[in-house]
Amino acid sequence: MALKQISVFLENKPGTLSEMTGALAAANIDMRALSLAETKDFGIARLIADDVYKASNALKDAGFVNSLTSVVGAMIPDEPGGLDKLLKIFHEANINLEYMYAFLGGDSVDHAYMIFRVGKEMEKEADAVLAAHGIRVLTQEDVNQI
Amino acid sequence: MERYYQEEIECASREEIKALQDERLVKQVKHVWDNVPYYRKKMEEKGVTPEDIKGTEDLHRLPFLSKADLRDAYPYGLLAVPLKDCVRIQSTSGTTGKRVVAFYTQEDIDLWEDCCARAIMAAGGTDEDVCQVSYGYGLFTGGPGLNGGSHKVGCLTIPTSSGNTERQIMFIQDLQATILCCTPSYAAYIGETMKEMGLTPDEIPLKAGIFGAEAWSEEMRRDIEQTLGIKAYDIYGLTELSGPGVSFECSAQQGMHINEDHFIAEIIDPDTEEVLPEGSQGELVFTAITKKAFPMMRYRTRDICVLTREQCSCGRTHVRMRKPKGRSDDMLIIRGVNVFPSQIETVLMNQGYAANYQIIIDRVNHTDTFDVQVEMTPEMFTDNMGEIAERQKALVEGMRSMLGISPKVSLVAPKSIARSEGKAVRVIDKRKI
Repeated sequence: MALKQISVFLENKPGTLSEMTGALAAANIDMRALSLAETKDFGIARLIADDVYKASNALKDAGFVNSLTSVVGAMIPDEPGGLDKLLKIFHEANINLEYMYAFLGGDSVDHAYMIFRVGKEMEKEADAVLAAHGIRVLTQEDVNQI
Repeated sequence: MERYYQEEIECASREEIKALQDERLVKQVKHVWDNVPYYRKKMEEKGVTPEDIKGTEDLHRLPFLSKADLRDAYPYGLLAVPLKDCVRIQSTSGTTGKRVVAFYTQEDIDLWEDCCARAIMAAGGTDEDVCQVSYGYGLFTGGPGLNGGSHKVGCLTIPTSSGNTERQIMFIQDLQATILCCTPSYAAYIGETMKEMGLTPDEIPLKAGIFGAEAWSEEMRRDIEQTLGIKAYDIYGLTELSGPGVSFECSAQQGMHINEDHFIAEIIDPDTEEVLPEGSQGELVFTAITKKAFPMMRYRTRDICVLTREQCSCGRTHVRMRKPKGRSDDMLIIRGVNVFPSQIETVLMNQGYAANYQIIIDRVNHTDTFDVQVEMTPEMFTDNMGEIAERQKALVEGMRSMLGISPKVSLVAPKSIARSEGKAVRVIDKRKI
């Protein structure tokens, strides 16, 4: 099961990001991971949260255009070569990554979590490949409990 | 079935209209000569006397009036009756910095309201309708004009004026308003708000809208019609000539009928000032032949359009004017190229954006900068940065092919461009020339 990530359109001007976090704070949303991508004019904030739909609605009410995007989350050991091993698996399976970001957190001190965006048609395959290699794929429930 | 407020005049034969115009013009020229020294002087300079004007064929001999004359003669220089005979003034928004103050006798107001009543009936209005007037009331002519017209038709009139959009929607729903009168940009905003509230066109009782006071595109018309589930009619007017109702659309929606029993229209070449034959594109010039207090003679509107006297399927015989591309007051000259904000709007709507945009012009190192800010919409947003950049590029390309020059297009947050309850602020010109 893929995770839902919230992608938020951000106009490039001072204060936009804090307005966004303000809206999330007011709705009592706990963010798990956050990544920012930017161009000269605008940015996209990508975030994983405990309650995706509530977060998306809170952002919409605050005037932020946002959409839900399917991403793949995986748990990897927090040690040298941990990510490398995972990326090799994707490489061998010929799965292309659009972007990825990482987060640590929760009670787990020896694991890191990776979020991947793979091409839409590759999502199922990515899940299967990871599972075949014994790598834990995150579900929304997992995210809620971290 | 087409309904008329004053069928005998709205559908009169061309000969009858001409005879009426001839008679009224001769009288009006005399009235102005006798009472407006400012215009009399202009006539004398041209060597024209009232005796030279025997009918509309002599109209071309009269001198023009322009916005500059209104400024020079401010406030009383063009007044043609004693002040004690005036009962009202109206004034322009003054957005271009040149405020116009127009005077009305009771009869002037009466005739103006007749014109608005014709527009409401042409949009299908009857005494069974509930007409919400969301134009601003006060100095602006929109509210008072349509309010008076709505009374004359016998509609139940809701004088909400502009603003407080939620209350507007509450009245539309609770009192089952069937006709909405406001600026097109405000109509679009009301529609947008209703959509956000989850209302579908079927749940909105409105059936027609009468929208004017600013230029709007056909694309914007379709958009408003769809969102509100109505037929949208254009109405045209200028404070200098009374206000809305100088011309209006009928069911055929093939141009706006000019109320020729009150206004004579001409098209001139704006450079040579020569009168052009019917069907030519040029500057619209009006002569008010019934107004007593503030009778504009050959007033140059600076609106560029085309006239046609071809028979209209609605049965009205009055000349029709094509929707002006935009007030020449709205026209921008950027890097030497003429740009109308309505052209930007057309590109946006063609590519699926809402008409929420702002044009920002500045001059840096003697070169004009041309920025267009466009609000991001949920429909256009995607998580893929490359795709958004493509869409941005498509907008630049669309505008370049429409205008001949390329703007810089920035995508901005939704609702970040101020919404207007009256005329939309489309342009911020920071150039100091």
